Amino acid sequence: MSGAPLPGTAALALERISCTFVARQDRTRRYTALRDTTLVVAPGEFVSVVGPTGCGKSTLLNVAAGLLDPSSGTVHVFGEALSGVNTRAGYLFQTEALMPWRNALENVVAGLEFRGLAREDALSQGNEWLKRVGLGGFGDRYPHQLSGGMRKRVSLAQTLILNPQILLMDEPFSALDIQTRQLMENELLELWSADRKSVVFITHDLEEAIALADRVVVLSAGPEAHPIGEYVIDLPRPRDVAEIRLTPRFIQLHTEIWHAMKDEVLKGYAQQRQ
Amino acid sequence: MRNNGSNLSLRVWQSLVLVGVFAGWHVITAPDLLPPFYFGDPNRAAFLFGEPLRVFGRIWDWFTGGEIYRHLWVTLVETLLAFLIGTVLGIAIGIWLALAPRASAIFDPYIKAANAMPRVILAPIFFVWFGLGIASKVALGVTLVFFIVFFNVYQGVQEVSPVVLANARMLGASPRQLLRYVYLPSAMSWVFASLHNSVGLAFVGAVVGEYLGSAEGVGYLILQAEGVFDINTVFAGILVLTAFALVLDWIVSLVEKRLMVWQPRSSETERI
Repeated sequence: MSGAPLPGTAALALERISCTFVARQDRTRRYTALRDTTLVVAPGEFVSVVGPTGCGKSTLLNVAAGLLDPSSGTVHVFGEALSGVNTRAGYLFQTEALMPWRNALENVVAGLEFRGLAREDALSQGNEWLKRVGLGGFGDRYPHQLSGGMRKRVSLAQTLILNPQILLMDEPFSALDIQTRQLMENELLELWSADRKSVVFITHDLEEAIALADRVVVLSAGPEAHPIGEYVIDLPRPRDVAEIRLTPRFIQLHTEIWHAMKDEVLKGYAQQRQ
Repeated sequence: MRNNGSNLSLRVWQSLVLVGVFAGWHVITAPDLLPPFYFGDPNRAAFLFGEPLRVFGRIWDWFTGGEIYRHLWVTLVETLLAFLIGTVLGIAIGIWLALAPRASAIFDPYIKAANAMPRVILAPIFFVWFGLGIASKVALGVTLVFFIVFFNVYQGVQEVSPVVLANARMLGASPRQLLRYVYLPSAMSWVFASLHNSVGLAFVGAVVGEYLGSAEGVGYLILQAEGVFDINTVFAGILVLTAFALVLDWIVSLVEKRLMVWQPRSSETERI
């Protein structure tokens, strides 16, 4: 059942991570989002993390990105202990992350600009990436002039232009309608297959998780979320996310994982209703 | 969207209001045009309210004689200097305090006090410090502009979206680059949003400063006329200042339109 690689050779190794948040006013009020969570991702591996809403999936990703220090546990990136922001990772956020005062092209090249690349080189690379995500000719549009799906493409180009070895994605397509979403998922798979990066893809949608990933990790309901199961997805690649949902093997995997997840989803739902 | 026909009729009505106001003014103040119904002396109304024909005559003399340009220029320079210095100070201190919570907590009561104080009463102090020339008017305008810009920048920096910030950090921005590429543009959008206010207050600072003591400027013209009870010149000065303020406001609108191109407007439907 488990296909996790050894931590030593991993692209990303989160080991025994716990995250406890303390209320600023009242230090006795604590909330433990994650407890004793280990997640190891091999180079070139696509891992989906699923779990009920509010189970600490984003917390896990923020720890991997170096934006959040865990209360305990260690993070290693290609064998090196992580301190500060994870410079080998690109992060695709769930909500709007583009700079509204920059147009699409300027947003895409922002990372290159931060690295001090010459403006001409940066712009030519930026235009190329805009074309690659299907937005050639939209470079001069500001984020508010683009649709939700187009903004996601700009974000994708903005992240991928830096050629990160690890891609962290936090429900990046959850705000999109189902057709746009499947389109984006296929585009993501195509871009990913070109130069296999390690991907951690967070989602609450089990179908999306299975359709995209090599391995699905199921988290329990929060608080004190922890992995409760790992499933290797042996569906053939290249995949079409719309079609693969109809294959018997997909349905079999879906049934199996859903069976394990169901209790946690109900638990999470009951907690939210309280 | 309003069509052109009703737009035109709106303009016509607006012009009629203006003409009506001046006509009414003329009828009431022209000696012996109406039988005196309130003042015993027919010249009394003209003495208190001026006469529009003489007011316009005075304005005409100013512009054809060239006397006014020097004064307008001085007022304009004071306004622009007050605006620029106040804005730069407001941005610098606003960003500093917004990013340094400790310093912000220490200075908080003093900033509130300084903002609550009616700052026009600082004018006499500025006269002592900077003399009766341009500098004292600029100083007065700066104290007015500074707080508008300061509070907007402070707000702007604190309201930077945490996701945009995290994204910029993930893209490799250093703290310096965050300041330049994230905090500053975000703060500037708030500064531009308050541009009408801050330019207007810079103008108020300049004119009030001139009125309280000066040797040049439109405020000085008004002060001189008031000294000899020349009500027509006072009104002429007020009209010139109003027109001048409208022109400034119009220029600000042009600048704003150009700088805020990235901000969504409610009427804008262009989406692709």
